Amino acid sequence: MASNTEQMSARRHDNYILQAWLCITLALFFGALLAGVQAALGPVIAENKINETKEKVPELVFGADAAVDSAGRPALEITPSTIRTDHAGGTRFYSVFEARFADGTPAGWVTKASGQGYADRIELLVGLTPDADRISGLYILDQKETPGLGNKIVEVSWRNQFIRKPTDQPLKVVKRGARAPEEIDAVSGATISSDSVVAIVNRVVSDMKTHLAQGPLENKE
Amino acid sequence: MAEQPTATERFVQGILPENPVYRQLLGLCPALAVTSSMQAAVTMAGAVLFVLLCANVVTSLIRDLLKPHLRIVIFTLTIATFVTIADRFLAAYLYQMSKTLGPYIPLIIVNCLIICRCEVCASKQSPLTAAADAVGQSLGYGLALASIAGVREILGTGMFFGLRVLPPSWPDWAVMVLPPGAFISLGLLLGGVNWYSQRNAKKN
Repeated sequence: MASNTEQMSARRHDNYILQAWLCITLALFFGALLAGVQAALGPVIAENKINETKEKVPELVFGADAAVDSAGRPALEITPSTIRTDHAGGTRFYSVFEARFADGTPAGWVTKASGQGYADRIELLVGLTPDADRISGLYILDQKETPGLGNKIVEVSWRNQFIRKPTDQPLKVVKRGARAPEEIDAVSGATISSDSVVAIVNRVVSDMKTHLAQGPLENKE
Repeated sequence: MAEQPTATERFVQGILPENPVYRQLLGLCPALAVTSSMQAAVTMAGAVLFVLLCANVVTSLIRDLLKPHLRIVIFTLTIATFVTIADRFLAAYLYQMSKTLGPYIPLIIVNCLIICRCEVCASKQSPLTAAADAVGQSLGYGLALASIAGVREILGTGMFFGLRVLPPSWPDWAVMVLPPGAFISLGLLLGGVNWYSQRNAKKN
């Protein structure tokens, strides 16, 4: 009898599942809790992001300086829509905000795009003039680049380089002293983060140009 | 086993005698990284209070079920859950602050202060004592963050909680809100606290 009990307790000791029962139960419980939190807060967070995007549209259309004096700024009507662009590599979808003045004349486009950065995905907004021949603004919505180096891509002084850049050729990152119109200064110590942003911007520009050339946006809202 | 401190003792110890930053030198990464303004420091301290309180109480409730070799896994699981809740909550209701704090809220998971309190107090004592310990330690942590942030914000921008306190002629010491300012402030404050407590010890 005694050896039987010992055997059983030895078997119980060797059983990983029994050993970890508390861990497994807690993991399931916490998982359910987090799912509940996400279900409750997810829509609020998504709405925060959309509101942030909408608030940024005027600044991205007029440039940072114009957005500062909000008093003298003409009212904009902002229409969100989704566009798709087809490529050899597949199809891409963009959230596009079309800004028009009150009298209906187009003010510009703000496109939301994302791509791989150095640490994680970078999500940003690109502002373009109505016929997409110049960039009118850049804003970083979400990034997790290295604090102190790569996360300087969010700073106004770096982003302002993009304003009024012509879009007839793709932008290029240079290490120091951008001179030519298509050149962008890298954030020092963060070439990959700078490259990532420029690559996303270039992709948006070329896709939006293709799309605009194909005709007016079909509004899916 | 030595007598464990009572709930009141735990609470009082956390604030100054065993202050997480100045006495235990724990949780220094956020103490350096998010103390460039008072608002960020206070939000951070609030998030730590929430996570530490929940993690301590849960750990204390299950303390008799813990197996020694699996306890760290369970501490981490518990802490990670509450950190995620805090992070989502900030993103939903304090969106701009959540962007300012960025990765430092998720990084509370690896803040040694919390796992230290689970190990030292909550896994051995009752939920009430664990809760008192969590509140005391978080207050101590909040005080420490606020002292560093106060020095940095006032000297670096002439403002306190975003309100101007120094005359506009004050030349803002930009270095204080940059990373070196964090090290300088923490070092000097830490030196001050050590000097003060040594002087007191000699008197007694």
